[in-house]
Amino acid sequence: MRRLPLLVPVLWLGLLVALPLLVVLVLSVSWPAEGVPPFTLPGVAGLNGDAFALVLGDPYYRAAFGKALVVAGSTAGLCLLLAFPMALGLARARAAWRAPLLLLVLLPFWTGFLPRLGAWIGLLRDEGWINHLLQAWGLIETPLPLLYSWPALFLGMVHAYLPFAVLPLYASLSRLEPVLEEAAADLGANGFTAFRTVTLPLATPGAAAAFLLVFIPAAGEYVIPELLGPPSAQVVGRVLWQEFFQNRDWPTAAALAVLLLLALLVPIHLFQRLEARA
Amino acid sequence: MSTPLLSLRGLLKRFGETVALDRLDLDVPSGEFLALLGGSGSGKSTLLRMVAGFEAPDAGQVLFDGRDLAGVPPHARPLNMMFQSYALFPHLTVSGNVAYGLRREGVPRAERDRRVAGALAMVGLEGFDRRLPHRLSGGQRQRVALARALVKRPRLLLLDEPLGALDAGLRERTGFELRALQRETGAAFIMVTHDQGEALALADRVAVLEQGRLVQLGPPRAVYERPATRFVASFLGGANVLEGQPDGAGGLDCPTLGGTLRPAGPLPPATTACALRPERIALRPGASGTNTAAGIIEEVAFRGDDSLLLVRMPGGAVLRVGHAEEDGAPPPRGSTVQLAWEAAAVVPLLG
Repeated sequence: MRRLPLLVPVLWLGLLVALPLLVVLVLSVSWPAEGVPPFTLPGVAGLNGDAFALVLGDPYYRAAFGKALVVAGSTAGLCLLLAFPMALGLARARAAWRAPLLLLVLLPFWTGFLPRLGAWIGLLRDEGWINHLLQAWGLIETPLPLLYSWPALFLGMVHAYLPFAVLPLYASLSRLEPVLEEAAADLGANGFTAFRTVTLPLATPGAAAAFLLVFIPAAGEYVIPELLGPPSAQVVGRVLWQEFFQNRDWPTAAALAVLLLLALLVPIHLFQRLEARA
Repeated sequence: MSTPLLSLRGLLKRFGETVALDRLDLDVPSGEFLALLGGSGSGKSTLLRMVAGFEAPDAGQVLFDGRDLAGVPPHARPLNMMFQSYALFPHLTVSGNVAYGLRREGVPRAERDRRVAGALAMVGLEGFDRRLPHRLSGGQRQRVALARALVKRPRLLLLDEPLGALDAGLRERTGFELRALQRETGAAFIMVTHDQGEALALADRVAVLEQGRLVQLGPPRAVYERPATRFVASFLGGANVLEGQPDGAGGLDCPTLGGTLRPAGPLPPATTACALRPERIALRPGASGTNTAAGIIEEVAFRGDDSLLLVRMPGGAVLRVGHAEEDGAPPPRGSTVQLAWEAAAVVPLLG
């Protein structure tokens, strides 16, 4: 009976993480086929390495990985830049103000993800509010191509992922003792120097955690590039979706998923080390 | 008289309804070791933070070398502070912490290294330069904090409960070291403490604060032996404070004692209380006349070098009486004892 509490997470992880992972892994070395489902298992014919060879060899797929990393890295960097002053403001706010301010940070989660993207589309599209207003004021004659652009993509990404950056930063900044900056001031550091030499280095683990917490899910993002981004934003998530649903090439899609996971093991490991240290 | 190093003039500070400092005046000459003694809420920490520049006074001046420090931010003030919890930078090594202030001054590398090594040697931390603070003991951290402040060679060092976080065993030794460092550097030290023993043992002068007011200032012995007020008398050494009325013949008639206290000197006319230290009261069988009284021992507490007796007097007062070990075992509880004290032990209180 004492093992029962352990059994629940093991079952949970086994059914919802390990098993799907195994399915994807098997798929990635299966043979494509016409029919339903569109593959045959790597049984008699042996393992099929074609999908991996294709994904690793073709510049199209390599570029998809590169774009995903650039999009994820830029999103995480932008989130960090915005989140740092927010988290600092939260950490230094009066105690009574903190809970309502934190609630505001989390407020976007109260609306579904897709409705929020729908709202952006409504704002940005050619017949959208922004273009409509600009035209009404006579500032422009033809609508600006706001939607399906890189800025729109990053707008959506930052909007979706910002809270994930604010929270770990806030946690690490609120743990800093204000007396440390006083000690720095007492030893001759002005406000900016005290911030640069004391607060900033002490917030670095929190900042790295915030970066990774955005980077890791952003690297596999499919919906935002699809709905807001330009056609050239062929990130790996989008390519994977196309392989799976449009080309019905399940082994290639699975190989993409496996390689994305492998690529993310490094930042995931870094994040866990940071969390263990904090 | 030359300008004092630090001069506080009419410092006033309110936090909402409470008055933290109530028009406080204080002069500190160069090279003095001053203890600011008071309970929590006495304003002693506020005073220190005001000198360091972390709090601004609502009224009054902080003069350093005759120069008004109003509007001078903490980082530009010519003094240093040792913080209560030490406030070491956790991401910097011991030598990084000590070098921090010198870097801000732009001291060249070679001189910086030399001075950091010198400061670490001064506090006995050679060989610890590359440790991080969390790998140090409490006593070692205290020394790093001290070295970090002293390496700047301040003429005034503020110390906020410098011994408060140390084990009892370390406190005495560290206190002596603090005293020696103060003499060696020639800097003025202002130490905030709530521990009367620390204040009396280390300081040249003790300033006793109560509710934002300076109630007594003087050398430790004078403050201890001639407390000015009821608060100082009971706060330092737990003197008996006896209330009464002047009897018109130079004595204070104390109904709770069931007798009259007669000081050696004249009793100031408006006196309504006198202090009498426990160790100045002796058990003297058969004693009678002025400055004697009889009571019943209610409690006996052995304290090592002496015993503390609680003696109930006929008027209801309970006197604390010290009984030295060399005088033999104290009488048991319930005994009636005759108490006597010298006139010099009776200290009229002004407030």
